[in-house]
Amino acid sequence: MKNDNLVQIDRVTFGYDQRVILSDITMTFPRGKVIAIMGGSGCGKTTLLRLIGGTLTPQRGVVSFDGSPVNPRDRESLYALRRRVGMLFQFGALFTDLTVFDNVAFPLREHTTLPEPMIRDLVLMKLNAVGLRGAAQLKPADLSGGMARRVALARAIALDPELIMYDEPFAGLDPISLGVAANLIRRLNDATGATSLVVSHDVRECFLISDYVYVISSGRIVGHGTPAEVQASDDPEVRQFIDGEPDGPVKFHYPAGEYGADLGLRS
Amino acid sequence: MWALGLLRGLGHSAFFLVDLLRSLPWALRRLFLTIAQIHSIGNYSLVIIAASGLAVGFVLALQGYYTLSRYGAAESLGLLVALSLVRELGPVVTGLLFAGRAGTSLTAEIGLMKAGEQLAAMEMMAVDPKERVLAPRFLAGIIAMPLLAALFSAVGILGGYVVGVLMIGIDPGAFWSQMQNGVDVWDDVGNGIVKSVVFGIACTFVALYQGYEAQATPEGVAQATTRTVVISSLAVLGLDFVLTALMFSAPR
Repeated sequence: MKNDNLVQIDRVTFGYDQRVILSDITMTFPRGKVIAIMGGSGCGKTTLLRLIGGTLTPQRGVVSFDGSPVNPRDRESLYALRRRVGMLFQFGALFTDLTVFDNVAFPLREHTTLPEPMIRDLVLMKLNAVGLRGAAQLKPADLSGGMARRVALARAIALDPELIMYDEPFAGLDPISLGVAANLIRRLNDATGATSLVVSHDVRECFLISDYVYVISSGRIVGHGTPAEVQASDDPEVRQFIDGEPDGPVKFHYPAGEYGADLGLRS
Repeated sequence: MWALGLLRGLGHSAFFLVDLLRSLPWALRRLFLTIAQIHSIGNYSLVIIAASGLAVGFVLALQGYYTLSRYGAAESLGLLVALSLVRELGPVVTGLLFAGRAGTSLTAEIGLMKAGEQLAAMEMMAVDPKERVLAPRFLAGIIAMPLLAALFSAVGILGGYVVGVLMIGIDPGAFWSQMQNGVDVWDDVGNGIVKSVVFGIACTFVALYQGYEAQATPEGVAQATTRTVVISSLAVLGLDFVLTALMFSAPR
């Protein structure tokens, strides 16, 4: 039986030394869907992507991809897995010494023995999909932040991955680029039949494009469901996050001693 | 605590070196990457190497003449210049310049690639950055360094000729024939080549390690670049003494 869930995270706990980043997380990512993982900065969202990509090992629990567990110690299988995954880094992480064209061609040249004319056609198709065919000969330094991220997206989908992971795809974009990025994520997902995983704190865009939403706060899942369900949730932590209230279950102040005492007003 | 940290660093770098050596066959298979690196490490160092070689040759001839003429042995100036350069100054000064010119740029480049998540992106694309980025640079450094050292010595000898023969007026026949008789291919030139290969390995390895392990921040890259120069220079000077002592023999 073919597994309906492309990625499964089963009771995963992860932390550095004493600090726990993720505790007892269970998630499933069904094939063909766009899943959003939302949460404040530093809540462990990016760590989750690293666990799936196998750059980190969970302390407890299992991350499995297409039915088999991700094992960071087995290089062969890990690299085989990564060839089926595309990842968009927060700031694109383009190779600054290569042109836009060569950046997108990079995974094709590294992993295939396709003849150069075919690579050229594939690269131009991917660049056309993100609307930047005309920018093929530019260097990454000549691109705006939004364009760089679209090039990085073209590079991430160069090998037609089954899973596309987006790390903060909306951070620092102007409203137009933001709309373009959100639209692209949804359109690419539906056109290629891939599964998309969007890690973001951009509430509006995530609700707009995703099929299923997880809300994480301080390493735990505090809410999940379809965008409509999450929006109707009355969990105080979920409410604070989606309404953007400065104070609530997540405190405005970093834990500190008494204010007056720090200023020397009282002994 | 301090000693433990030092030991841990040494162990870590040893594993890094083993990884790097294992990746070398990969770099041999994709030679065009290495050739591009030889171009950027080697070609762009040519000017500083040639200029320094010339200056050192000039000074060696002047100082050598000063000493040799006291013993009436000014005719041996060619031999003195050639031996000093080929056996000692060529590899060592080139090593120091190489650490400053090529080593720093390697460290900064790789440190910034790491800071820009380029190495992480490569890894997520199932491309090992040690193979794709580090190994070609390592190989290029090992190839470029002896060539640069040879060039340094050659230009230095020409500098010695300019000062000794053209300016001071030593007999050109004596200058060249003494050099030809006195310099042994294996003992002297070979000695210099072995040194320059070892310095090439040491400098390139230090530069790559510092870049790869740099903290991914502006201060981190700055510190790593400084450490590259300091550690490579000390390594060149230390290794030079060890190698000279190991290969030492009386002239026949």
